Amino acid sequence: MPYHPPVREAAIRCRGLRKSYGDVRAVDGLDLEVARGECFGLLGPNGAGKTTTIEILEGLTGADGGEVEVLGSTWHDGGSRLRERLGISLQETQLAEKLTVEETLLLFRSFYPQGRDPEEVVAALSLGEKRHARVGKLSGGQRQRLAVACALVGDPELLFLDEPTTGLDPQSRRELWAVVERFKASGGTVLLTTHYMEEAERLCDRVAIVDHGRVIALGTPDELVARLHAPHVLEFQTDPPLPPSLLRSLPGVAEEHVNGSSTALAVRSLAETVPALLASADAAGARLVSLATHRATLEDLFVALTGRHLRDA
Amino acid sequence: MRRPMPPLAELALVRTKEFVREPEAVFWVLVFPLILAVGLGLAFRSRPPDRIPVAVAEGPGAGAAAAALSRSPALAVSTLSPGDGREALRTGRIALLVEPGPPPTYRLDPTRPDARAARLEVDDALQRAAGRTDPLRPREEPVTEPGARYIDFLLPGLLGLNLMGTGMWGLGFTVVTARTKKLLKRLVATPMRKRDYLLALVLARLVFLVAEVTALVGFGWLAFGVAVRGPFVALALAILAGTFAFAGLGLLVAARARTVEGVSGLMNVVMLPMWLLSGTFFSYERFPEAARPWIRLLPLTALNDALRAVMTEGHGLGGVLPELVLLCVWAAVSFGLALRLFRWS
Ligand SMILES: Nc1ncnc2c1ncn2[C@@H]1O[C@H](COP(=O)(O)OP(=O)(O)OP(=O)(O)O)[C@@H](O)[C@H]1O
Ligand SMILES: [Mg+2]
Repeated sequence: MPYHPPVREAAIRCRGLRKSYGDVRAVDGLDLEVARGECFGLLGPNGAGKTTTIEILEGLTGADGGEVEVLGSTWHDGGSRLRERLGISLQETQLAEKLTVEETLLLFRSFYPQGRDPEEVVAALSLGEKRHARVGKLSGGQRQRLAVACALVGDPELLFLDEPTTGLDPQSRRELWAVVERFKASGGTVLLTTHYMEEAERLCDRVAIVDHGRVIALGTPDELVARLHAPHVLEFQTDPPLPPSLLRSLPGVAEEHVNGSSTALAVRSLAETVPALLASADAAGARLVSLATHRATLEDLFVALTGRHLRDA
Repeated sequence: MRRPMPPLAELALVRTKEFVREPEAVFWVLVFPLILAVGLGLAFRSRPPDRIPVAVAEGPGAGAAAAALSRSPALAVSTLSPGDGREALRTGRIALLVEPGPPPTYRLDPTRPDARAARLEVDDALQRAAGRTDPLRPREEPVTEPGARYIDFLLPGLLGLNLMGTGMWGLGFTVVTARTKKLLKRLVATPMRKRDYLLALVLARLVFLVAEVTALVGFGWLAFGVAVRGPFVALALAILAGTFAFAGLGLLVAARARTVEGVSGLMNVVMLPMWLLSGTFFSYERFPEAARPWIRLLPLTALNDALRAVMTEGHGLGGVLPELVLLCVWAAVSFGLALRLFRWS
């Protein structure tokens, strides 16, 4: 008998997912497997198909093809029993403006046979001060937190967050990250989408980079970055600019991108390239205006994979 | 924080609160029909029958003729130059012009409804003044039948019309707004039962209904003495059945629309024929006989008929049973269809 290694039970499993809107192939053969207890990120530019994918997984949009299994059941046999175990925050829901925070949470809580105490959820999302405020009067960050509170109030096993922090200031973003981390620490599974690689790197155990409805890279943030031949980025400006042919001849340079007056080099090792760069700038009679380095990020990986930037692709 | 109630109750409560917090909605549901009733009531209030305007053309004998006509309580008399008199007749400011004789000439347009009456009154007055004695002098006994005034006819119709308007607009707009804001999508992402959401909208209507009906019926009674002559139970059941029918229709019309403009157009298509046909402002008996059975199938016709039967004719439940059954069928069919066709995202 062949030996099958024990498989960790998957919270989400989908294969060959496809969905078209007219000529647009929003999702084009997408495979995904999210383990229980994992925080999984879908990272990709606008229109990559993240929302379409997540809404198919949530059972809100029908797929044209492919298989979906969520918490061990499909949407055909799951129905509302399955819904009781999910928490969902959509990309662009506007909750009723005339209701207060407390009324909104009570409403959502009433839909779940078992759930968390709304009081406790309000406190967990630091909405205590605002509990009697109308939703219409909340700031963007507070609304976003309320949306997550509505997703958490049913005490879900699996949390779907579609761009939970888009448009938030850094402070609100960190607060939301803390909420997600606490949910994960208590054993929950998270699938989130984001444009922000800091967010993916900070929160996600694994990340799938999605472009044109397919997964183009999959792994832990560290694995993905390590996959780059050149894990460091060297950004500088000189006056006058150095010719590209000169840059390419520098040791250890894998790629160069000229962005207006500034140049970014993807390099294997800073120790190898920086002295050579300084020397050739000197020899060419160019003055160094600025110089900065950072470790390559998922953004750089995306650029390397597609030649486009995440945010403005 | 209190404990949550069952979903249906929470949904209905939330809807009620949203409505009360929307001042414009309160205006349209409660204040607007009252303004309409006052306006129409004033326009059609009962008053002594109008005097018919007639004129005497200046000339010999005009004074005596004018004096004779002034003794008739049915005429409003003026004296004009012959030119002005004909002008006034042509433009309809007077119904008849007397050119004193002998013999006098009556100028009138016989196609004008009040010209015939004017001729009879004028002729009587002048003949008597000239010495005619009537062989018979009948007594007159004026009778005003309660419930026969226009306002008695109008008020139940306004109530029906208002129930249709608030029911359909109220539910239609709520649903489409929630759909455009993706709130419906968010709700079906929970284990909420879809039926509960739609039922809650209908139930929440009942809360405002009490206020709406009390305002209109109470106002009609206080301001115009329009009494409810039949049993209140029958009135309440007719109103309930009508409310359910129009709530169902409102949900059906809004079942698939994606924009407020879209749903407004559909609403008008559905409601306009009923505004015209269902006997709100005038009786549908004016339409050809062949059309009337179809007109009676319309929900607003059924509601108006039932309300009039109870309010002005004093019928009980038995008298309006067919209309109530028809309204319930409308309610059940439209609600069922709406639930099937409903687009949640
Ligand atoms: N309801 C729809 N009708 C038509 N086209 C759609 C619809 N929903 C999505 N699309 C198209 O499908 C593609 C994928 O859209 P999707 O919303 O899934 O992208 P996304 O990755 O979530 O983008 P974003 O980061 O902007 O939210 C886009 O080209 C979009 O225009
Ligand atoms: Mg999206």
